[in-house]
Amino acid sequence: MRQIYMDHSATTPVDPEVFNAMIPYYNDRFGNASSVHALGRQARQAVDQARSQVGELLGASGREIIFTSGGTEANNQAIISYLDNNPDKGKHLITSAIEHHAVLDTCLHLAKRGYELTVLPVTPDGLVEPDILREAMKPATALVSIMHANNEVGTIQPIKELAAIAHAGRAIFHTDAVQTVGKLPVDVKEMNVDMLSASSHKLHGPKGVGCLYVSQGIRVGNFLHGGGQERGLRSGTENVPGIVGFGKACQLAQINMPERQARLSEMGQRLQEGILSTIPHTRLTGHPVNRLPGSVSVCFEFVEGESILLMLDSYGIMASSGSACTSGSLDPSHVLLALGLPHEIAHGSLRLTLGKDNTEEDVDMVLEVLPGIIQNLRNMSPLYN
Amino acid sequence: MYSDKVMDHFMNPRNVGRIDLPSGSGEVGNVVCGDIMHIDIKVVDNIIADVKFRTFGCAAAIATSSMVTQMVKGKSLQEAEQITNRAVAQALDGLPPVKMHCSNLAADALHAAIEDYMRSKHD
Ligand SMILES: Cc1ncc(COP(=O)(O)O)c(C=O)c1O
Ligand code: FES
Repeated sequence: MRQIYMDHSATTPVDPEVFNAMIPYYNDRFGNASSVHALGRQARQAVDQARSQVGELLGASGREIIFTSGGTEANNQAIISYLDNNPDKGKHLITSAIEHHAVLDTCLHLAKRGYELTVLPVTPDGLVEPDILREAMKPATALVSIMHANNEVGTIQPIKELAAIAHAGRAIFHTDAVQTVGKLPVDVKEMNVDMLSASSHKLHGPKGVGCLYVSQGIRVGNFLHGGGQERGLRSGTENVPGIVGFGKACQLAQINMPERQARLSEMGQRLQEGILSTIPHTRLTGHPVNRLPGSVSVCFEFVEGESILLMLDSYGIMASSGSACTSGSLDPSHVLLALGLPHEIAHGSLRLTLGKDNTEEDVDMVLEVLPGIIQNLRNMSPLYN
Repeated sequence: MYSDKVMDHFMNPRNVGRIDLPSGSGEVGNVVCGDIMHIDIKVVDNIIADVKFRTFGCAAAIATSSMVTQMVKGKSLQEAEQITNRAVAQALDGLPPVKMHCSNLAADALHAAIEDYMRSKHD
């Protein structure tokens, strides 16, 4: 059976070019980047090159990039280490209700340690309204962390405007851009953010590597203690093959972005319109316009998400859902609830996220089988008449 | 994560639907937590002659509903009352631990339908 992977917001396959670039750093060029000898210098050079490639994609200088083990670590470091390292800046932090758990739970952790936390609500489309942020700002606000695009519903935030409000209140601004780096133009200077998190495996790089951008002049502090790698800001022997892969993935993303962005947008639009026009009692979740290209998220009334996923899987179609039953908890995702969706509607969520390897035939296939799957499940549902 | 039996009952559920003029109906669960099971039974001479279900929920919820209907069809009311949630889960070769609350529902819905029948008989 042909596999149709439409879960690119969860992770992406490593691009063969990326993979080939990584291989030598597992065998011939296995050196530790801190070693003085030839193999060490070779590894150092590779890490430096990757640093420039990542910086280039983000509009940052290499010096502003700290390699981490991924988006989660970058988010933890940005929030915890910044506040830890700048006790004079105040003890209030602000985030939004739809952040990834790597931000939200980090903030909640600090709230338990004596920090004051404000979690901003979002509009039904998933937007953080600038006015709401403005009202939440306090003299003691040290940091505002709001994600660039949401991983579940795809809504893109007005980051530039939000960052300006944080700055006007003398707070610094961090954004979790894990879902947008490599998919949309992300320029840290243009967005005017002080810190930004990215993760390699969302842009056809390897898993377990990512970075935190820290603008020059911001003293973030280290999160891990040890050998002092990454200019003392991230100890631990560098994951050289991973970093090389991340760098290559950034380079390829930059080259291919305009073409891919347009194509994913168009395919996503067709998929979304196809679903909404053929399946009644269905609503789009997230913003109708300001959304991640190729990210389609909907809720089907009267049915439950895990059932939809398993039925799709039986056709080789792989997607995801924010329903309770896929997470093993009783509550549907905090994102869907924050949009104001009632529980019973949130249970029927489906997210299809397209990637560069999806084809028009893949979209046709989903549009062909999905209406039948939903009808079949609805016929089984006591809520549907 | 699911056993072959769960997947079989999920992909090919037995006894889906409703019974016109059922002898008894039972519904358990609530929309907020995401599981609702509705079971109709037709009782003839103390035997469950027919049984149908409709379920809103995940694969485990659908499979346990399907399984419980299969287990009780043709059984006496007394036999049907003995069926436990555990027995339903066992008949499916087990359920993942996080899904156990679903298996609690199928037998409960059946028992509610039997109670409904008993009540109407005494009226
Ligand atoms: C928005 C967002 N932030 C953070 C992460 C975590 O990144 P990582 O998997 O690299 O730790 C993810 C993905 O899982 C994400 O979608
Ligand atoms: S409906 Fe899936 S765990 Fe209850």
